[in-house]
Amino acid sequence: MAERPIGFICVLLIGMCTVGPVISQDTEDLEALYWARKDSALARFSQADVDFMTGMIGHHAQALIMSAFAESNNASPAIQTLAARIINAQNDEIRIMQSWLRKRGQPVPHVMIEGSSLMIHGVDDHHALHMPGMLSKEQLDELETAKGVDFDRLFLEYMIMHHEGAVFMVRELLKVDGAVTGDDTYKLATDIHVDQVTEIDRMRMMLGRLKGAH
Amino acid sequence: MKLQYLLIAAFLTSVIIRPAVSTAQDFTPQEMVMEDPRIGLEAGLFDAEEAIWNLRKVATVLPPETFVGVTNSDLAFKDQYVFQGNYNGILIWDVSNPSNPVLAKDYLCPASQSDVSVYGNLLFVSGEGTGGRLDCGTEGVQESISHDRLRGIRIFDITDVRDPQYIHNVQTCRGSHTHSLLKDPDDDENVYIYVSGSAPVRPAEELPGCSSMSPSEDPESALFRIEVIQVPLDNPQEAAIVSSPRIFEDLTAPPVHGPTDAERAEFEAAKARGEFVVSIGGSSFILPENYVAPMAAAYFSEEGITEPTAEDTVAFREALPDIIAQMIGGGDGADEDRGPNQCHDITLYPEIGLAGGACEGYGLLLDISDPANPYRLDAVADSNFSYWHSATFNNDGSTILFTDEWGGGGGPKCRDTDPMEWGANAYFTIDEEKKMHFKGYYKLPVPQTDEENCVAHNGSQIPVPGRDIFVQSWYQGGISITDWTDPSNVIEIAYHDRGPVSAEQMEMGGSWSVYWYNGYIYSSEIARGLDVFELVPSEFLTANEIAAANTVKLEYKNAQGQPTYKWPPSFALARAHVDQLERNQGATAEQIARVRAGIDQAERESSQAIIDRLKSRMDASN
Repeated sequence: MAERPIGFICVLLIGMCTVGPVISQDTEDLEALYWARKDSALARFSQADVDFMTGMIGHHAQALIMSAFAESNNASPAIQTLAARIINAQNDEIRIMQSWLRKRGQPVPHVMIEGSSLMIHGVDDHHALHMPGMLSKEQLDELETAKGVDFDRLFLEYMIMHHEGAVFMVRELLKVDGAVTGDDTYKLATDIHVDQVTEIDRMRMMLGRLKGAH
Repeated sequence: MKLQYLLIAAFLTSVIIRPAVSTAQDFTPQEMVMEDPRIGLEAGLFDAEEAIWNLRKVATVLPPETFVGVTNSDLAFKDQYVFQGNYNGILIWDVSNPSNPVLAKDYLCPASQSDVSVYGNLLFVSGEGTGGRLDCGTEGVQESISHDRLRGIRIFDITDVRDPQYIHNVQTCRGSHTHSLLKDPDDDENVYIYVSGSAPVRPAEELPGCSSMSPSEDPESALFRIEVIQVPLDNPQEAAIVSSPRIFEDLTAPPVHGPTDAERAEFEAAKARGEFVVSIGGSSFILPENYVAPMAAAYFSEEGITEPTAEDTVAFREALPDIIAQMIGGGDGADEDRGPNQCHDITLYPEIGLAGGACEGYGLLLDISDPANPYRLDAVADSNFSYWHSATFNNDGSTILFTDEWGGGGGPKCRDTDPMEWGANAYFTIDEEKKMHFKGYYKLPVPQTDEENCVAHNGSQIPVPGRDIFVQSWYQGGISITDWTDPSNVIEIAYHDRGPVSAEQMEMGGSWSVYWYNGYIYSSEIARGLDVFELVPSEFLTANEIAAANTVKLEYKNAQGQPTYKWPPSFALARAHVDQLERNQGATAEQIARVRAGIDQAERESSQAIIDRLKSRMDASN
């Protein structure tokens, strides 16, 4: 392999410096190939993948609503930590899934949350809100009004159910011929799977301890 | 630090407790004043701006054309070769001259994650993604059930490194996300591969015998176990699964974190002041005064005590845990948990007979003295840890660090809004009974942008004698070198970072993994290829300490295998120890100077003696 000319512009500042490589023609060609390959990888997806991402955005959005109740409903510190982490994680994943759809020229669902009501713009709302593990309006209302220990218990029960729905969605997706063939898609789906399986275990344990106390 | 606010907010709005001491690292005022050069680096694929401190970058080699634009993954090392996994196959670099790595072979054979390890003339590669094919074809696999699919371990003969031969594979029910190679010091005929796979179980129609039922319904379930492959070295084509140990059974430890030394001291001080320290969900908190009085009043009233004595106060103190448990739930309840489902990484340290298992919601300490039958010695869980990802021991096995790959590595978890305890490292000491004790956290101490995937990832020990020095990948957070000799007080001593791959949107990139190997530091850059660094002396690390580290020579190195570092006797080693004595103020300046002069003289005399001996031999032969 040809040696690549790298020029250093090094500003010494208490032992720290920043360097900027100088780019050659070879490197420019390689960069063009990089982006071309990224683009062609984007073409490897199926309708099942699109439906999964679209649905999972709505699914995650409901987890945000559930988790936002934790602070106002006097959840225990452990539940508040769990809820804060779910909000952080699922917000990021919604962004990643929106980007996944945008890069593939698919309709991108936008999430609108007001209190306990969820609206999904940009796609068929009906399609985006009916998935395994989703809480009904009554269940959400029940969670919204529960306080303290009652909230903790209900939150864990409903979030386990909710997560199990997401795990189910990933496992179903893997059963579809032609689905999950892209590396990005596989990573996203299996990351969601393993994160939620792990969190289900953790929540089961927390729930077991709550119940064991009574 | 956000967590701290969160918990304080929790206290203000509703509950009766607050954390006594934050376990987060705090930026010192000095650091806050001087902006970290890693902030605001210009984006770019191959021309991103870089910041570097106490390191020198000696080479960056870009991926070859067939592999560019496809994820680079983990590394393995043998002799003068670096094996770099890529979702398209394997890249083999000749680093005889580390400042000019030369591609020895690019072997096209797609699979994710293509994590690699080597032993002797064998190369092992993990396959987990659904597109991996038995025939190494690049067309992927469309059918959800297919006999063309490879998910497991591929085995190559690399007797000729420039011409690897694909000789065998072992299919597993959950594929192989990563794997660990175990060379048992007492067994020269076999090596063992521990397979970690976190993906859903494959259908039995594709791989007979695979079951995703719970182990209580089907004892052969592929869940809640690891796979151990035995590889006969004289006949690697016979490699097969020999056991599937269920190392997770009966794990019921709750997800809490133990107090750090600082917290423990704070709790002791609080108790000495007469304050009330209570335990909730396994974590200790100081009960605020305004809650103590009404709770005490309620207790005394219930007990019919009108004029409480000192003795009654002691009784209240003793009753407090139960009162708290009744109020918020807790205590030891029966639960039906089976523990984690799988491990992500298992770091094998055969010379001390231990392994560190980073297994979903737990960090495990395993006994591996019988390679086919590992068993659990201890388990820890931590409420700040989302996903236990990898483990590294220090050289004598007295401490261990675990990483939390919160978000799976694809998320930007190092923003200034992300808590310093989340997506971090956690440190534990290991006592004589092989139990682990929590000491603290470390997270990359500089915020990254929304466009940079960043979280704790893989790394290795650097063999600086007498100290625990760790080099670690943080994806697009770059690489960070830390001193964790005191696991309660981990400090950064060097780094390298690039700006994001793209300023407009999140593009996966950054350092997947970084390892020290025979004097150089090699980083697998997901998008940009292979980076090679060397250490530069600083106030944290002297030239002698670096020279002593570089006397350690390894014949091979695998990501999840930890060798014992041994330092041959050298003047650099002696000087490194003297430098450390000076740094730790273990001797007077005069004493240090005298010892240094002594070492210099010994070296001169020894060189002279060697020269004299050579001279006399030459004279004799003439």
